[in-house]
Amino acid sequence: MKNINEIQQEISEEFELYDDWMDKYNYLIELSKDLPVIDTKLKVNDNLISGCQSRVWLHADYEAGLIHFTADSDSIITKGIIALLIRILSGRNPEEVMNADLFFIDRIGLRQNLSPTRSNGLLSMIKQMKLYALAYHAKSKGS
Amino acid sequence: MEYDVYSVRKDFPMLNQQIYGRPLVYLDNGATAQKPLSVIECINNFHTSKNSTIHRGIHFFSEQATEEFENARKTVQQFIHAEKSSEVIFTSGTTGSINGLAWSFGERFISPGDEIIISEMEHHSNIVPWQMLCERKGAVLKIIPFNDDGTLEINKLDTLITVKTRLISVMHISNTLGTINPIRAIIARAHANDIPVVIDGAQSVQHTGIDVQKLDCDFFVFSGHKIYGPTGIGILYAKEKWLHELPPFQGGGEMVNVVSFQKTTYNEPPVKFEAGTPNYIGAIGLAEALKYLTKTGLSGIAKHENALLEYGSQKLSELDFITLYGQAPDKSSILSFNLKDVHHYDAGMIIDKMGIAVRTGTHCAQPVMQHYGISGTIRASLGMYNTQEEIDTLISAVKKVRDMFA
Repeated sequence: MKNINEIQQEISEEFELYDDWMDKYNYLIELSKDLPVIDTKLKVNDNLISGCQSRVWLHADYEAGLIHFTADSDSIITKGIIALLIRILSGRNPEEVMNADLFFIDRIGLRQNLSPTRSNGLLSMIKQMKLYALAYHAKSKGS
Repeated sequence: MEYDVYSVRKDFPMLNQQIYGRPLVYLDNGATAQKPLSVIECINNFHTSKNSTIHRGIHFFSEQATEEFENARKTVQQFIHAEKSSEVIFTSGTTGSINGLAWSFGERFISPGDEIIISEMEHHSNIVPWQMLCERKGAVLKIIPFNDDGTLEINKLDTLITVKTRLISVMHISNTLGTINPIRAIIARAHANDIPVVIDGAQSVQHTGIDVQKLDCDFFVFSGHKIYGPTGIGILYAKEKWLHELPPFQGGGEMVNVVSFQKTTYNEPPVKFEAGTPNYIGAIGLAEALKYLTKTGLSGIAKHENALLEYGSQKLSELDFITLYGQAPDKSSILSFNLKDVHHYDAGMIIDKMGIAVRTGTHCAQPVMQHYGISGTIRASLGMYNTQEEIDTLISAVKKVRDMFA
C-alpha cells in the first residue's frame, strides 16, 4: 500500500491533467460517485459536522490497529473532496492520520474550499478525522 | 434623461475586472454594493488632506470635519425626507441600529409579559436583538407568517396585536424573497393601536425612494455599504419624540452634558446616541453615495432594476428545473432560486468559476428556509449597474450547472 504522501502525489498528478476549473470540478463529481455509500444508520446528528453551506457526516471504525472512515455530504463537490480524503486517510494507523500533512489541498487548488469562511464542514471534517486518530491512539496506548 | 447603465458602470472601478479569466458579473448587491469613484475619492481625500476628529477640537481641520459630518447628516435627512437632521443618528449599520434601539426601547418601555411583533421573513438582525430583549425582560416575541408566494399574511396582524403589544419591527423588502412588504398598512394598523413601528430598510433604501414622514414610521434603519457607501456606517432614524424619551444605548464622549461621579446628564439628540468618536469618514462617504444616487436619479435606477428583475424572473421561470422562491406581486431586486436535485453550494461553486458573484446558503434568514423546508438558496441580487447581458450570463451558468450535475 502506498503511503500518505505517495497517494497525495498521485492525486496531484491526476488533477494536473485538467487546466480548466470546470474539468477539475467534473473530476470531483466523478469521484463523488465512487465514494462508498455510508450506512443510513450512521447519518445521524452525532456524526454530523455542520457547516452553514453544506453538511458532512463522518463515521470512524477502528479495527486491527487501523482506522476506517466512511462519510457523506449533501453537496456533490464536497463529497468529491471527501472521497479524496478517505482515499488518503482511511485504512491507516492512528499515528499516520495524526501526523498527515495534507499538502494535496494546496497542490490541486482546493484551498478555498477549506477556508473557515466557506463553512462547508470540510475543515471541521479533517479536524474530526485527526481527533478520531488521537482518540484511537490514546486507546491503543492505554490497552 | 434616459438611464444609461453602461455609462453608470464606468463610475464603478470594481466592476471593470476579470476573475478566472472572465469579466466579473457582480450579483451580490444584497450583501454589499460596489462604490462609485466619487465615494472612493471622497474617502481618500478625507484621509489624505482633511482628517481630524469632529466636535471636540478648536483647530481648523477639526471644525471643517465637524461641518462636513453635520452636512452629511443633513444629506441623509434630505434623502429619507426626515423632518429634522437631529432625527438622524449615525450607527455602525442596520444591525447596530436595531441592537441599540432594542436595548434602549427595552429599558424604557418593555416589562414582563409585553409583546413585540416581527415577521417570519426577517433577517436574523431583526430577529435576534428582539429575542435578546424578550429574554432580558420576560417579554414575548410574536410572528406574522408569510404565504408560500412570499407575501406576508397581513390579515393575521389584527389577531396578533393585543393590548400588550409594545412594538412592531418589520423589513421593508425581504433580502431572501424580494417581497416589498405593505409597510404603510402595517404602520396604519399599528398606529391605530398606539404601537410604534420599526422599518428595516436595509434592502429598500437603495432601490426605492424613502419618505419617512409620508410613511409615518417611528424608526427607520439602514446600512451605508448596501447603498453604494462605505462599510461600518449606518442610520437609525427616529421621530424626535422618541429620541427624547429613549435612554442612550452607549455611554462615553460627546454624548454627555455634565459628568460627575454622582450623576451624568446627557446631551441632546442626536449626539446623545453617538458616544465616542463616530465613524465620521464613513458618514461623509455615505453622504457622497446618496448624492451620487440623487444625481443619477432614483426613479431611473428603480425603473432599470425593475426591468432587470422582470427579465431575470422570466428567463429563470422558462427553465423547468428551476424553483424560484418569492413570487410576490410587489417585488424588488432579488432572484432566489434552486436547481432541481442540485445542492445550492455545488451550484454556487460552479457559478463562481464562471465569473459570477452570487450568494448561496440561508442569507441570514433561516426561518425563511425552514418555511420552505430547504437548506438554502442561490441568490442573485441586483444593483443599479447590472445589465441584461449579465442576467444572460447567469442563465448560461445555471444551464451549465444543470449539465454538470444532471
